[in-house]
Amino acid sequence: MPTQQPPPTQQQGQPPTTGQQIPLLPTPPAVQQPARPTLNVVVLDPAHGGPDPGARGSSGMNESEIVMDFARSIRAALESEGFRVVQTRSGNDDPSFDDRSAVANAQRGAVFITLHASSTGTAGQVRVYSDLLTGAGGSAAPGGPGFPARNGLLPWDRAQESYLGASRRLAEITQAWVGQKIPGSPSAPLSAPIRQLRTVAAPAIAIEISNVSVNNRDQLIKLAPGLADAVAQATAAFRPIYEGAARF
Amino acid sequence: MSNRARYALMALVIAVVIGAFYFPRLWRRVHELGKPVQTEEQARREIVQPPISTPTDVKVKARMYWAAPGNTGVLAPEDVDLALSADPVQRSRQLVDALILSPPSPEQRTLPADTTLLDFYLLPDGTAIADFADTLATGTPSGILSEQLAIDSITKTLAASVPQVRRLKILLHGQEADTLAGHLDLTGFFPVNTAAVPATLPSANSAPPTATAPVGKPGN
Repeated sequence: MPTQQPPPTQQQGQPPTTGQQIPLLPTPPAVQQPARPTLNVVVLDPAHGGPDPGARGSSGMNESEIVMDFARSIRAALESEGFRVVQTRSGNDDPSFDDRSAVANAQRGAVFITLHASSTGTAGQVRVYSDLLTGAGGSAAPGGPGFPARNGLLPWDRAQESYLGASRRLAEITQAWVGQKIPGSPSAPLSAPIRQLRTVAAPAIAIEISNVSVNNRDQLIKLAPGLADAVAQATAAFRPIYEGAARF
Repeated sequence: MSNRARYALMALVIAVVIGAFYFPRLWRRVHELGKPVQTEEQARREIVQPPISTPTDVKVKARMYWAAPGNTGVLAPEDVDLALSADPVQRSRQLVDALILSPPSPEQRTLPADTTLLDFYLLPDGTAIADFADTLATGTPSGILSEQLAIDSITKTLAASVPQVRRLKILLHGQEADTLAGHLDLTGFFPVNTAAVPATLPSANSAPPTATAPVGKPGN
């Protein structure tokens, strides 16, 4: 409980001297403003890996392999925009959902992008998702501010909750860029309860490429330069929004 | 006719008789091999889950949600003649069974053909619990889009015909699962009719799940 400050200080019974400034209110103690966050890290998450191949196409293409190829292109494009890129996996291993989130949650000033490839959907289309929390409250959480709680702690299982608004904004910008670079992709992002995003305490999106059922791997790989450019441009465009935000 | 010719003729007659006896059986076996193999779950469903029929069944136009034709990644509504029970639990089971068994075409399927709805509960607060066989997870194509279509087809179909269901929890073989097929989060509740009024008198079939079908809290 803050203690009540005494009234303005002046010698009791003596009028103020002309020209002397008398504080009418107590001067609040200096509060150090937290430094505004700077967006300089992108955590890239090529999904699946190891014993989990993810979606599998009839031609033998695996989601876990194709997203690694996309991650390489996106990483290069992000680094050329001045971002530091951290990957949740670089080889054929399969970190758990929580391990991947832990990589993101250990960063400061980061966004999280998880890369997927579906086994269905219109081939050559790229969709961007933000999370849709489906919690015990029974309806999708509206997102936006409200977290962290007063104690400054985030529940791990719902770490994404306080970033939903920022994530949606990042998804909108990214989907708009993707729509420009990869014709045929939707113009608006989607929301879905995606397990990987739920435990990430940062603006986070999922990008899903359709699809691994195409006959020729090159049909997907040719999307990589456009997608990489779109992600880099969108993340750069999101930077001032991130840094101008009151709190993340 | 020489003896040799006679023996040859007898052998030929015997071969024809044996062939006439064996050929239809052989034909039947070849024909059966061409049929799709019935999975364990399908055989199980035929035995333990005959089509649900209740005394209150009334034929109605039920709005069902399957994938739109053309692999576009969206759902399309379709009005289908279905006999639906007045009891919300049985009605929900009938609808989910129809989603599994009767898509207009294979490409419009959203739920695996060999999956089974093992149990369905409706709590007084409007929370429904659908307990599916593991084949829901193993048979759903992996991907955010396909998994979301699977869940949305259930929630939208229930929303259209069972106003008592407020939200839906999905279990796999009585257990809470982290994801459907690697992407979609199953630890929470999916909204169905957010404005649903909680039921006052749950039916006899609306018993809450027991310890064999735990409803875990969100998270893990």
